[in-house]
Amino acid sequence: MRTTDLVIVGGGPAGMAAALAAYEKGIRDILILERDKELGGILNQCIHNGFGLHTFKEELTGPEYAARYVDMVSGTQIRSLLNTMVIDVQGGEPCQITAMNRQEGMFRIEAKAVVLAMGCRERSRGAMNIPGYRPSGIYSAGTAQRYVNIEGRMPGREVVVLGSGDIGLIMARRMTLQGAKVKLVAEIMPYSGGLKRNIVQCLDDFGIPLKLSHTVTEIHGKDRVEGVTVARVDENLNPVPGTEELIKCDTLLLSCGLIPENELSQQAGAQMDSVTQGPIVNERLETTVQGVFACGNVLHVHDLVDNVSLESEKAGAFAADYILNGESDWGQALRPKIPAKSKSTLPEGRDASSQLICIGCPVGCLITVEKKEDGSLSITGNTCKKGEEYARNEFTAPVRTVTSMIRVENGRGKVIPVKTATEIPKGKIGECMEQIRSCLVPAPVRVGDVLIEDVAGTGIAVIATGNMEAAQG
Amino acid sequence: MYDVIIIGAGVSGCAIARELSRMELKILVLEKACDVCEGTSKANSGIVHAGYDALPGTLKARLNVEGSRRMKALSEELDFAYRQNGSLVLCFDEKEQHKLTELRDRGQANGVEGLRILSRQELLKLEPNVGENVVAALYAPTGAIVCPFGLTIALAENAARNGVEFCFGQEVNRVERRGQGYVLATPEQEYEARVVINAAGVYADRFHNMVSSAHMEITPRKGEYLLYDKKTGNLVSNTLFQLPTALGKGILVTPTVHGNLLTGPTAQDIADKEGTDTSREGLSQVTAKAALSVTRVPERDVITSFSGLRAHVSVWPQTESGEGAEKEDFIIGQPADASGFIDVAGMESPGLSCAPATGAYVAGIVKELLSPGEKTDFVGTRKGIPNMALASDQERHELIQKNPAYGNVICRCEMVTEGEILDAIHRTPGAVTVDGVKRRTRAGMGRCQSGFCNPRVVEILARELKVDESSIRKAGEDSWYLLPQENQEGH
Repeated sequence: MRTTDLVIVGGGPAGMAAALAAYEKGIRDILILERDKELGGILNQCIHNGFGLHTFKEELTGPEYAARYVDMVSGTQIRSLLNTMVIDVQGGEPCQITAMNRQEGMFRIEAKAVVLAMGCRERSRGAMNIPGYRPSGIYSAGTAQRYVNIEGRMPGREVVVLGSGDIGLIMARRMTLQGAKVKLVAEIMPYSGGLKRNIVQCLDDFGIPLKLSHTVTEIHGKDRVEGVTVARVDENLNPVPGTEELIKCDTLLLSCGLIPENELSQQAGAQMDSVTQGPIVNERLETTVQGVFACGNVLHVHDLVDNVSLESEKAGAFAADYILNGESDWGQALRPKIPAKSKSTLPEGRDASSQLICIGCPVGCLITVEKKEDGSLSITGNTCKKGEEYARNEFTAPVRTVTSMIRVENGRGKVIPVKTATEIPKGKIGECMEQIRSCLVPAPVRVGDVLIEDVAGTGIAVIATGNMEAAQG
Repeated sequence: MYDVIIIGAGVSGCAIARELSRMELKILVLEKACDVCEGTSKANSGIVHAGYDALPGTLKARLNVEGSRRMKALSEELDFAYRQNGSLVLCFDEKEQHKLTELRDRGQANGVEGLRILSRQELLKLEPNVGENVVAALYAPTGAIVCPFGLTIALAENAARNGVEFCFGQEVNRVERRGQGYVLATPEQEYEARVVINAAGVYADRFHNMVSSAHMEITPRKGEYLLYDKKTGNLVSNTLFQLPTALGKGILVTPTVHGNLLTGPTAQDIADKEGTDTSREGLSQVTAKAALSVTRVPERDVITSFSGLRAHVSVWPQTESGEGAEKEDFIIGQPADASGFIDVAGMESPGLSCAPATGAYVAGIVKELLSPGEKTDFVGTRKGIPNMALASDQERHELIQKNPAYGNVICRCEMVTEGEILDAIHRTPGAVTVDGVKRRTRAGMGRCQSGFCNPRVVEILARELKVDESSIRKAGEDSWYLLPQENQEGH
């Protein structure tokens, strides 16, 4: 039987932040158990940018955000076991963790405390009860994201996206950049669950239509998806007869919500909160099971990874307190402060010639730009300096950061995530993607490596945002 | 030249193949899909009916009671999931209680053991979540549930172990008399056999009509189902049927052998023999009717819906003497004008329950025709793929020590490991599709419905079958997952 002070279940952003915070508090014997072959969790496939504005005061891609934490973890004595599945967690003094992996088979660990950081999963087609056939070509947005960004493979050519959560919007852009035709994003609610900036930079930039108050009512195709019926819904979210439209496509991506992954929490006997679908916790983020803490998307689904990190640091610190000072009164249940879900719509009747939505951060300010008589621009509506800069650019020479992946030769993986080192002119995105898609680089690759020196004649480099070792042997 | 060719690798075809493999016969199973269990056998209630439904004297009644009696032993011999959980037929109206008595008497005439009528109070002790309007029920303790895939695959593997050949992707489009036997043609090849067994499910009429002038028609009767998350599986412990009412045949609510909850089926006659789509109306009907049997069927815990087609005989083959008037029964036997061609047709409910008995019954007909010798080296048992999810920690540990692939979890919802998936691929007949892996191991059958494991299963299949991932299919010819590498730039 091994013993350790603190076991962290899950090596994503939540698990790593919790581990680091506990380490800060003086706990040295910390073990992260991760089922994937590397730390970082779902961030590794979220190759787009928009992460880290709060945590690192700069805009990072998912793999870059993960890599910073991986670096911080590797600078400590925190240990991690990869490719390891936790089968069971039991609370108490000590807590008992059962796990398995290829090398060691089944094994038990005794720990003084456990932090649950398993993340969340996506709602499936079945959970939405969409009738029709059951062909291939129906993917949750995250599954498609893994195929495209990790495996370097395309799951289809003509795409309809159901649900306008951020992953759906981002995958609409991602599939488009890789050469697919995204015909429509349908959203059953009268607003999008994604951020305004993602509606702008993922859909509007590429002319992808977003239909609010619309849903998929039937899936066609016996072998592979051949099309979907899309219909408008009434205020009770029921399809309105007569509004059905058949859209031909070979792929349906679902981005219809995330569910905290709490199989282990429930096995441990944790009481659950039916609203958050996560475990009930007190103000110290301790579940109702002794010695078992929870944080990140396992607790409730967060919009921003920065908030996951923040919450998880608290969980890690409280777990450390518990290890150092023993049990204290459980106190009372306290639902973590959950920021209101974004309910984004782009303002109707917006005058595109003078009004725009800022994509600089998740706020998405509506900025008005007017040309004054002296030729200078009057910019109003922005709430920060960056907004002004964005608006000025957008009216004179719009620019975007392009994120994608590049194929790798002789690497442990197949592709490496990349981004343009700075923003490039919007009109160059197509040319930039062509160059990125035809590029092949040898492993190893480190974050920040320049993979294309001057993309599309912009003078701007394409740099790696992830790490990849060379294949062994 | 084969002694016997079986058309169709569903549960009936595989059960017959397994029974025939006891004898010195050269046997071939031709299947148009690329795996066993691809038609009616994959999408049904998974119930082993006790045997009170069919009219006494029918083949249905006889084979059902016999099949139900054999199933438990068979599940031990061939290692597939089976549980005798008991069945209840619910009555919702005091005035209809006599129908329960009729059903009980019919069952007793058929030889069903242990049938008993329960009052509401007695029923509540068995099933505390039963609907408010249920007044009484018929209890059949011999009712059971089975994994329909597990059963079919076990039969097929055991048949193959005993020398039966399986050929997939072989759609028979012509059957003709030749000499004393028959010739069967697929688009690529001709096969000859002394005896042909027509176990083609909803397509059995097509083959029957190729050799017999007594016209038969099978109209698929669609049944839609809803499957619920495992956390709801203990809502009921018995299988809950409803007394057929003026509204039509009822909807059942049952646990599955894997611990899910299943509701359905609807009953709708359709023209398309591949029409396995579900509909908003059908699924709402299932939900509404299931709510009569059980209070609080948790709608938000649905993980998937599906529909299956029952092979319902709509036009009965009339012999010249006018015999064979329409009746509710299976059609098992040789048409008067086609000796050596054995129909196994109209195998709607309780076809799954009957399978073990159907196999023996048809084997009996073949024995009379061909008088084969018994094999001396027949192996009557088969061991299933190890099940890591159900294994004890000690068993798991030993499996991983033996093969580390059992330590690599691929499907986290159902805890299916790479080792199990490798077994599924390398058995005979083995899985060549994602659905084939799913039905052998349950990878992708859990609450996330393959969102997590799909890329991993596709990768393993491609690696083991030594093909590109773009060649991996869900089930049918065109059910690809990924574009070929060279086309992935979207040309």
